Amino acid sequence: MDTLLLVEQGLNGLQLGVMLFLMAAGLTLVFGIMDLINLAHGSFYMVGAYLTAALVPVLGGFLPALAAAVLLTALLGLVVEAVALRTLYRRDHLDQVLATFGLILFFNELVKILFGPVPIFLNPPAALAGTVDLWGLKYPAFRLAILGVGIAVAAFLWLLITRTRVGMLIRAGATNREMVMALGVDVRLLFGLVFALGCGLAGLAGAMAGPVLAVQVGMGEQVLILTFVVIVIGGIGSIRGALAGALLVGIVDTVGRALLPAGFRLVLDAASANAAGAAAASMAIYVLMALVLAVRPRGLFPAG
Amino acid sequence: MALTRSRLILILLLAAALALPTLAEWAGEPFYIRLATRILVFALAAVSLDLILGFGGMVSFGHAAFVGIGGYVVGILFAHQADGSTLFGLPGTTNALVVWPLAMLVGGLAALPIGAISLRTTGVPFIMITLAFAQMLFYLMTGLKAYGGDDGIALWSRSTLPAGPNLADHTSFYYVTLALLLAALVLGWRLVNSRFGRVIRGAKDNERRMGALGFPVTRYKLAAFVLSGMLAGLAGALLANATLFIGPQYLHWSRSGDLIVMVVLGGMGTLIGPVLGAAALLLLEEFVPEVMDLAHAGLGEHWKIVLGPVLLLLVLFARKGLWGLLAGSRAS
Repeated sequence: MDTLLLVEQGLNGLQLGVMLFLMAAGLTLVFGIMDLINLAHGSFYMVGAYLTAALVPVLGGFLPALAAAVLLTALLGLVVEAVALRTLYRRDHLDQVLATFGLILFFNELVKILFGPVPIFLNPPAALAGTVDLWGLKYPAFRLAILGVGIAVAAFLWLLITRTRVGMLIRAGATNREMVMALGVDVRLLFGLVFALGCGLAGLAGAMAGPVLAVQVGMGEQVLILTFVVIVIGGIGSIRGALAGALLVGIVDTVGRALLPAGFRLVLDAASANAAGAAAASMAIYVLMALVLAVRPRGLFPAG
Repeated sequence: MALTRSRLILILLLAAALALPTLAEWAGEPFYIRLATRILVFALAAVSLDLILGFGGMVSFGHAAFVGIGGYVVGILFAHQADGSTLFGLPGTTNALVVWPLAMLVGGLAALPIGAISLRTTGVPFIMITLAFAQMLFYLMTGLKAYGGDDGIALWSRSTLPAGPNLADHTSFYYVTLALLLAALVLGWRLVNSRFGRVIRGAKDNERRMGALGFPVTRYKLAAFVLSGMLAGLAGALLANATLFIGPQYLHWSRSGDLIVMVVLGGMGTLIGPVLGAAALLLLEEFVPEVMDLAHAGLGEHWKIVLGPVLLLLVLFARKGLWGLLAGSRAS
């Protein structure tokens, strides 16, 4: 195993990690503040990707399409929050699981009707289509850009949450929801804003994942389940936990996918080793989650 | 035994279930016997889930795993029987009296460690960790090329009984499935009304209080989880027989979602509710696409765009489920 490959896989893992962080930040905030478990969070990721793909020919470039898609996804989040989810905040988690499961079915079919079942391929912007030479490692520029955007958003969130008044309310809401309501904060507005922010971030993640993965129905659920693993590992409601969990899951998943098939090849023939390695790599993060929860049932950084 | 509204409905349902094959044959639509069999199988799986979800308050989002395990026990032993190979030195078999109890046993054995780890958590982490275990099994079976991997295992015959009904006959298989479902319902009825069931239900309402009363609550919940896994394993064995197929699809997380939908749709915390929920969901799946195709050809394949909002409305407005609607406020 040469170092260059390991560095490349490490970068891929980081890139998956920041992507998952964009998803997890919204999901964990919505859960921490509104006590809402939103299975439809992955749908906003899918919507972000599809909107970007649809808007590129209209707006004539990847970046304007991405910006518009993020805004529209956040707006869609506002609408969904007001129409469907607002009444669910006081319900138990099972009702929320069921209702948002219904939303997934709805959005998946809607996208299938509008765009058809065939995956769409989205090209990265021309300026980022090439590779960057990192000390002898040729690494796709677009993936580096994702990494950069992810880090920038994480920094932005950190500033927002630790340095602004809204952030203070968010932190207070995550720690003690009832107290914030009792203090006369317009909770409805705060909930709407947080939800829209989360949806916008999910849309951003989806838009940036578009050129790396195919834009297809079902992409939302794949990332959703990973995201839940992330926030459960990190501790539900904790942004810090979401960041730690996202990087951990990103790296374990990517490095596992690179190394495990090679490991199995030492004991099995190539074809079965690849199959067994792929299966083991897919299981790796769930094993990680089970281990973390077995030792720390409330996650690595319990909130509140 | 006064003839209350709920008892009357139960008697009518049972009569309908018993008469169904005859009616279907008479109407010249034997296809409905197989649809009804699938409903009974999913009803059994949903009842097993409701034992922990409705009565015990444990929202397992990975119940399809145990159903899938039961199915794979049937499929794997069938595959070994078919090519004459052995598994751990033992030959494969299609004998239902061996395979079905084994499916229950393996389902329970899988539920034991999964439950033991998952029950360390409650609430959302519990939902997610049960989902995570189901995903592990999903990927395990996807990667297991020896047993079909992605493609699963196609069976070309059902399990066999050494004596008695011939399971290859759709009507006989229907009645055997019905008998097993009824047995599970009777067992479930006795269980939830036993001391054990009262502890489980009490723990759902207030776990700390049950603990303070001196009950080892987690051990009780784990026992219920294992029992539920066993029943789900049996449902899986029947499912593999009903569809003559078992594959990773049956362990997919959306299958676990379907089971939760059935339980809540029918009325959770009741025994008959999940049966009604299974029937309702499978009938919707069967007939809504046809109706939509009538409205506009090709629309039927998108029937889930209707199901999604229906679920949402159901959660928002009909909280007691179908059984609550049918049996009125005194339903139990």
